[in-house]
Amino acid sequence: MGKLKYALFTGCTAKQSTPEQMMSTMAVAEKLDIELVELTEASCCGASHLQDYDDFLSLVLNARNIAYAEKHELTMVTICNTCQLNTAMTKHRLDNSADLKARVNEKLGEIGLEYKGTSKITHFLYAIIDDFGLDKLKEMVVTPLSQFNIAPFYGCHNIRPSELQNETHDTPENSYNPTSLDDLIIACGGMTVDYEEKNKCCGFHAELQAPKVSAILTGNAIAGAMDGNADWIVTPCPLCHLKLDTQTGHASEAIGREVSLPVLHMQQMIGLALGCPPETLGMKHHITKVDFV
Amino acid sequence: MSTTTINTQKVNFNVFRFNADEDYLPYYENYSMDVTSEEVVLDILNRIKWDHDGSFSYRRSCRHGICGTCAIKVNGRVTLACKESMTDMIEVFGNELTIEPLSKKRAIKDLIIDKADFWEKHEQVTPYLDTEIDETPTAENIVTPAQAETLDEADLCIQCGACHYACPVVEISDEFMGPAAFAAAYRFEADIRDGNESRLTDVNKMGSGVWDCVKCFECADACPKEINPIEKIGKLHNMLFQSGKAESNIATRHAVGFERSIKRNGVLDEGSLVLYSELAGIVKHVPVALKMFSKGKIVPPWGIIKSDNLDEIQKLVKSSSTAKF
Ligand code: SF4
Ligand code: SF4
Ligand code: FES
Repeated sequence: MGKLKYALFTGCTAKQSTPEQMMSTMAVAEKLDIELVELTEASCCGASHLQDYDDFLSLVLNARNIAYAEKHELTMVTICNTCQLNTAMTKHRLDNSADLKARVNEKLGEIGLEYKGTSKITHFLYAIIDDFGLDKLKEMVVTPLSQFNIAPFYGCHNIRPSELQNETHDTPENSYNPTSLDDLIIACGGMTVDYEEKNKCCGFHAELQAPKVSAILTGNAIAGAMDGNADWIVTPCPLCHLKLDTQTGHASEAIGREVSLPVLHMQQMIGLALGCPPETLGMKHHITKVDFV
Repeated sequence: MSTTTINTQKVNFNVFRFNADEDYLPYYENYSMDVTSEEVVLDILNRIKWDHDGSFSYRRSCRHGICGTCAIKVNGRVTLACKESMTDMIEVFGNELTIEPLSKKRAIKDLIIDKADFWEKHEQVTPYLDTEIDETPTAENIVTPAQAETLDEADLCIQCGACHYACPVVEISDEFMGPAAFAAAYRFEADIRDGNESRLTDVNKMGSGVWDCVKCFECADACPKEINPIEKIGKLHNMLFQSGKAESNIATRHAVGFERSIKRNGVLDEGSLVLYSELAGIVKHVPVALKMFSKGKIVPPWGIIKSDNLDEIQKLVKSSSTAKF
């Protein structure tokens, strides 16, 4: 296998509210000898909210981001479930409608770009599983996480809609019984916690409009992991991370029970197993203290 | 001539049992059965009833995926019992299967639930063509194929309730209308013949309307007719903005805020987005925001790293916008 190289779409969160995710992504990529070319021209994916306001504009902007990955002739790798959904969905829609693609390209033409459909779009989690390989990762583990019960929290937009996940990635995931993140935990030497909420919603996208509903979902997720005897939660999505890590106060109030667990980004978990120094993984940027490193 | 081999496997079924007239709490009955690869879930329900316990109750009628009565949950997954192959179920979940009603809290007898909430919410969206009918028309009222296509298959809904009872917001909030009702609202809003003036603004109202959807896509995966209700919810939002009927509230400002931010920075300015969406309501976020700030999780507007080639993004926002606010 040659050196893996991707066009990195960081998304907005990694550059603002989850700096630890950016740090740990770079630390892990270096350890795994994966080259990431950052798409500094990219705009926000719209987070499915711009899509509510102006669907066509969101397609044009996402197609522009993909066009930059195509210019590098690289697969685009995302590190946020919602970026993955909106970017892969754009690709899906444009690749399946010549008319829509032409309308979008007419706009991109104004700035001298074209969406061709030549770049794949994958989330870092699936890049590691599909391209790098968990067996190889396992061989590189220097600090197996064997003393930890780790609760996987998948995050909706990596696994649903299933049709999109299945067409985008080599490893098809069943949204009712996903396995990718469990497999990653096992490869890092940890023990996985099976709990009902692992493939459920954290409530992030309605936090402002429906705070109560959103907080109950967050509370239920953390409570489920706690009842499963988890030492901590791991997630591939920075938005789930924000919700589970920073909103424990509202969540506890909403479900009438104190809930709180350390929440790690998938990259931080891999980093710990690969022996990255904790300070390169940004643990100090968490709200819920990561007390075991 | 092709031959199909029929495989048989042993499967353990944990079946939800409850009789609202007699039982204080539900319980699970265990049935171990040999299952053949050509059976569907409904065959199993029938065999439990015919071979084990005649009082076992569930709904079914057409056995063809059309009447929508047989929806239940298998290992938490909503499914039309008459369509779902046992082979697929075993492949996904293994040989231990839990069979439950669509909604445990609404169970009346075993797998039969009280679906009243589903129908009440359905009714709330005026789920019929609302229009002035010319009683003595002189010409046909023709809908072109292109116009019919805008319904985007929302008219194929069989009211099975799978999406509704898969929705986590329906589960915790009695007011939320749910994906099926919204898909029905879309079905009539998108119909060229419909003249209802208030449906679109009604379903887009704050608090229990479409904006309370958490975008989990459970309904998309649940629907046996591939109607994709969440996509219809998105379209109801789009229609509101395209029609210029959108009122300024926290939900609409949150959506519009993305465009504002992208215009300015290419990327999102998270802090400013929350501020613009909440206005005075921002105070309730202050305690968490202070904590986040102290942990280096909040970048002030002047610290945002803008996208390279921002002029391209601004040009596209100008030329490609289709919505008004
Ligand atoms: S996407 Fe929205 S409507 Fe659909 S199940 Fe999730 S919360 Fe409910
Ligand atoms: S939208 Fe699909 S899942 Fe929902 S009630 Fe209609 S057919 Fe059933
Ligand atoms: S029995 Fe009619 S849809 Fe299944």
